[in-house]
Amino acid sequence: MNCKIKSMLKKNVSHYPKQEENEGITSLTMEGITKRFPGLLALNNVNIEIGKGEILALVGENGAGKTTLMNVLMGLYQADEGRITVNGKEIKFKGPEDAFKIGIGMVHQQYMLVPNLTVAENIALGMKNAHKLYKVDMQAVRKKIDEVSEKYGLVVNPDAYIYQISVGEQQRVELVKTLCLGAKFLILDEPTSALTPQETDELIKLLLTMKDKLSIIFISHKLAEVKALSNKVVILRHGEVVFKGNTADYSASEIASKMTGHEVELPQNTEEDMHGEVALDVKNISVLSDRGAMALNGLNLCIHSGEIVGLAGVSGNGQRELAEAINGLRRVESGTIELFGQEIQNTSVHSVIERGMGYIPEERNIEGIVPPFSIKENYILKDSDNEVYSKKGLFINAKQVQKNAEKLVKEFDVRTSSIELSAGSLSGGNIQKVILAREMTRNPKFLISVYPTRGLDLGAIEFIHKKLLEKRRNGVGILLISEELDEIMSLSDKIAVIYKGRIQKILRREEATRAKLGMLMAGVNDEQ
Amino acid sequence: MMSNKRFMFLYRLGVTLLAVLAVFVMSSMVLLMINADLSKTYYTMIIKPFTNSIHITEVIVRAIPLCIIALGVCVAYRSGIINIGAEGQMAMGVICFTGVALSLPSLPKVVLLPLCFIAAILGGAIWGFIPGILKAKLKVSELLSTVMLNYIAAQAYSLCLRTIYMDPTDKATPQSTRLASGAHLSRLSGRLHTGVIIAIVLAVIVYFLMWKTSTGYKLRASGASERAAKYGGINVAKYVCLAAIISGAFAGLAGGVEIAGVHRRAIEGITNNYGFAGVVVALFGGLHPLGIVPASYFFGLLIYGSTLISGETGVPANIVGVMEGIIIIVIVVSQMILNNKYYQDKVKRWIDKKLNKHTPKEVKP
Amino acid sequence: MMTIIVNMLEMCISFSVALLLASIGEMFNQRAGVFNLGCEGIMSLGAFFGMLVVYFAEKAGYYSGWFNFLGFLLAAVVGALLGLFFGLIVVTFRAPQGIAGIGFQMFGVGLAGTLFRYYVGGVQNIKGVTATGIPGLRNIPVIGQIFFSHSVVVYLAYLTVPIAWYILFKTPWGLKVRAVGTHPRASDSMGINVNKIRYEALALGGAFAGIAGAYLSLAQAHLFNDTIISGRGFIAVALVYFGHWHPYQILGGAMLFTLAQTFQAQVQSSGIAFPYEFAVMLPYILVIVVLAFTSKNNKMSPSALGKPFNREQRV
Repeated sequence: MNCKIKSMLKKNVSHYPKQEENEGITSLTMEGITKRFPGLLALNNVNIEIGKGEILALVGENGAGKTTLMNVLMGLYQADEGRITVNGKEIKFKGPEDAFKIGIGMVHQQYMLVPNLTVAENIALGMKNAHKLYKVDMQAVRKKIDEVSEKYGLVVNPDAYIYQISVGEQQRVELVKTLCLGAKFLILDEPTSALTPQETDELIKLLLTMKDKLSIIFISHKLAEVKALSNKVVILRHGEVVFKGNTADYSASEIASKMTGHEVELPQNTEEDMHGEVALDVKNISVLSDRGAMALNGLNLCIHSGEIVGLAGVSGNGQRELAEAINGLRRVESGTIELFGQEIQNTSVHSVIERGMGYIPEERNIEGIVPPFSIKENYILKDSDNEVYSKKGLFINAKQVQKNAEKLVKEFDVRTSSIELSAGSLSGGNIQKVILAREMTRNPKFLISVYPTRGLDLGAIEFIHKKLLEKRRNGVGILLISEELDEIMSLSDKIAVIYKGRIQKILRREEATRAKLGMLMAGVNDEQ
Repeated sequence: MMSNKRFMFLYRLGVTLLAVLAVFVMSSMVLLMINADLSKTYYTMIIKPFTNSIHITEVIVRAIPLCIIALGVCVAYRSGIINIGAEGQMAMGVICFTGVALSLPSLPKVVLLPLCFIAAILGGAIWGFIPGILKAKLKVSELLSTVMLNYIAAQAYSLCLRTIYMDPTDKATPQSTRLASGAHLSRLSGRLHTGVIIAIVLAVIVYFLMWKTSTGYKLRASGASERAAKYGGINVAKYVCLAAIISGAFAGLAGGVEIAGVHRRAIEGITNNYGFAGVVVALFGGLHPLGIVPASYFFGLLIYGSTLISGETGVPANIVGVMEGIIIIVIVVSQMILNNKYYQDKVKRWIDKKLNKHTPKEVKP
Repeated sequence: MMTIIVNMLEMCISFSVALLLASIGEMFNQRAGVFNLGCEGIMSLGAFFGMLVVYFAEKAGYYSGWFNFLGFLLAAVVGALLGLFFGLIVVTFRAPQGIAGIGFQMFGVGLAGTLFRYYVGGVQNIKGVTATGIPGLRNIPVIGQIFFSHSVVVYLAYLTVPIAWYILFKTPWGLKVRAVGTHPRASDSMGINVNKIRYEALALGGAFAGIAGAYLSLAQAHLFNDTIISGRGFIAVALVYFGHWHPYQILGGAMLFTLAQTFQAQVQSSGIAFPYEFAVMLPYILVIVVLAFTSKNNKMSPSALGKPFNREQRV
């Protein structure tokens, strides 16, 4: 059977086969899959099965093992135990090329496109049959792209470089690429995470039309999409399957409770307006991105003491650049940033910190901590020459550093056997608690928190939300940048929507709805 | 199952032993390629220098510049700069030292010697500052710029020897006149000079600087994670530059100590590859003064031993370069294996499996 | 004056070869994401082994031009093997490439010197490759001397530039090399064996460096000594940055640096009272200046350069 498929694929290199559609994958099962990473049992005896024309939603929180499971299916990871069968036959994938041969293709969450190659070159990379001895047969590649584009209604420009095209287009390229490689079985890893709500709807429509021709496994933690698209649902938690069933039989909230194990109520911001003074005032700033493009273009934002302003938006619209510009990490080309009335743009990171800025950066592993340093050393990252920790700002006071660390580890519930351990060896949640402890106990007057709960478990999320609200109550102004609308809507006093380097609109908590925010995030502003 | 602590100890021990074995096997392979008598070569290189007091002092004489340079390399390495330019910085140190010593020969020793050392330190520091500022401001790879500066310094040195420093009584050899005694470090025994004290004191200073002061904290933070340091408000460019300057100053001082203590005149080949060997010493000493002091003795041994073997066994002294290269390679590889969680995990599971197999199974009722 | 310029240009064309070949090889390494500072060491061993073949042939008394070819071949094989060995260190064991390269350079230079002392003893002149030129054309005044007076090796070396361009931009292997050096994870997801491509690129780069070294001993200096490479391996690495990882721009860079070197040779031979040390320094200073202007914000650089790939490392 496998051989038959393989030989057929070989035969039908450049002209699209008619009879191929009768073949393909009629059933696929993964049985008893176990995968270990150092110090982590990522998958524990997982079983799933999927038939022809089905759309299976693989649901679970961040870190539940969804992506790992699919990487095992693609042959990117080797499972420690378990087996995979296709059409009743056991198969072993050494790498993704074996999966392609059978007709399985995957669109990864972080797009797997080489930025300085063209669309066609990216697709050619995987099309082994276009690899002639002396050259890449680009014509065959283009022909294949045209065929796939026509068949599925996916239009791409084969000559564009990846770095030139938008995220939405990149996703189309990913789909075309996967289909060009002969996929009849699609795995989509959180395909909507970088899309606006409107783009998401379009994608779902597209996938529904493709349903008759393909089987799809769809990874998500967004339940609306799961309900709209899938007919079967499998829920993973901590690397184990905790639930399987038909999507239609369960409501979104039932699935949600199965996903998290218990009905969770994250803390809500229900406090009253503190009427604080203006803390941070960003006026008409322009900032360049790493690539030299305009990342922030005349952005204005004003935040008062004692309020949380949530910054909503599809990632890549200038969030990172804004946080960096405020913290003195990125040059401001024009405009001003005032912190309590003093201009801080283009000063230095140090002077911004000195003026009372707290910062929980996006990449906690490389920006928030010095990984090889011990936990106790990381606590004084911003205070190594502070009188408290060093005599006359010169010699480090080891006793004080020790005392401080012991206190903070306890207070912020960092799970570690010793404060001498390197911070890099901690789990994501504990690293975030180390950062949080450092930033919050420095008594900041203002706090910027970027994706503070990304990839953390619910316990840690709850803890962080509580701490943020506590700071708000103490009169600290907070800029909360997040991609989770739920987080923003439950914590913020005001919600600012960023789109292409500008604030689209600022809504009060009461006025904000998902639909409204979605429109704004997509660049649609009804007042314009 | 064994406890994690016990496993990590055994793992470290195992990898370290394997690393030592790897160095021996690879060096022996090279020695066999030139038909050398292995036991005699190793004996001459490693054991023989212990057999009499002249050998011992000669080893220390070589260990002194190695130690000083390696301390500087360690400061730089910990701060994120791989300084392989010590060779050139040392040459600049010698040039400056000699310049001052030759132009002010009549000054008393208490004035002249410190003045000469300050000149040497400055010369090295400037030569270290160039790659530092180029890296900090223009992102120029210090690996390339320091190598280029080595060649430039070597040419400058040879130019000085041929022209302004040249001994007018001997126009055939490119070397300087003998320095005035005011610019000499006094000797303790044989050629062993007081520079050994300087080296030890510097080791203590480096330890305090790097691990007990806030400047050291910032230097190490800049090296351990440039990005996190930047986010923590540390001016990384400044500290990278500072580290490069300190590193260059140490190498310059090493040059001064070498000429004041050993040669007492500027001669050709005075840097003797100490700059490169210093990098190996720093790595071999675990980038810590406590390790660097014994490591510099060990490499002093190898370098001195290599001069003995060419006479006794016909093995060329170049072998020491080969061994230094092998040692660097083995150190960086074994570091990766030591810190690689995947290897640790694999080995641990393998051991656990073996242990379970061999423990007799309990008879279950 | 005219003759000096003509001499300089003539020398420039033949003396560029070693730098050019080494840089083209290093370009493949870096395009695949590996920064090989051990280039200097590989060149040193290439120079030694290339010379050794011809030296033995001459000593035995049956020397013919074919032994030069054999010398180049041996240098290429040794270089490729060393490239693979470097791959073991930095690709398989994922050691930091900068410091590993320095170790590799010390190993290579030291080993070449050691073997040289044992198998040859002291500096020996060999016949090596002679510059026969192209019959007929070499007699054209000025142009003939500059362009058509060189050995066949020189022309072959220049031919590798378009060939390298074709390999890099037109063949499947070149496509994979470019992908692997920029986004290894994406390449992996497309079924490309990242480490295999890196090993292949290292072997190719090593072979180029070996031949470059052998060119120095066989065709340029006609001897071997400890300082024969004198930093050309490092300059070659710098040239790759300067040439933006593109064969034609690298060619331009190689010519520029060699021009600086020939200036020194002309100064020495013309007997002008100018300290030749300054002239020797010139190319090295040029490298630093060029690096200062080309290092920052280089968007063309293969973005995974220097980063080892680990499929199971979770990001």
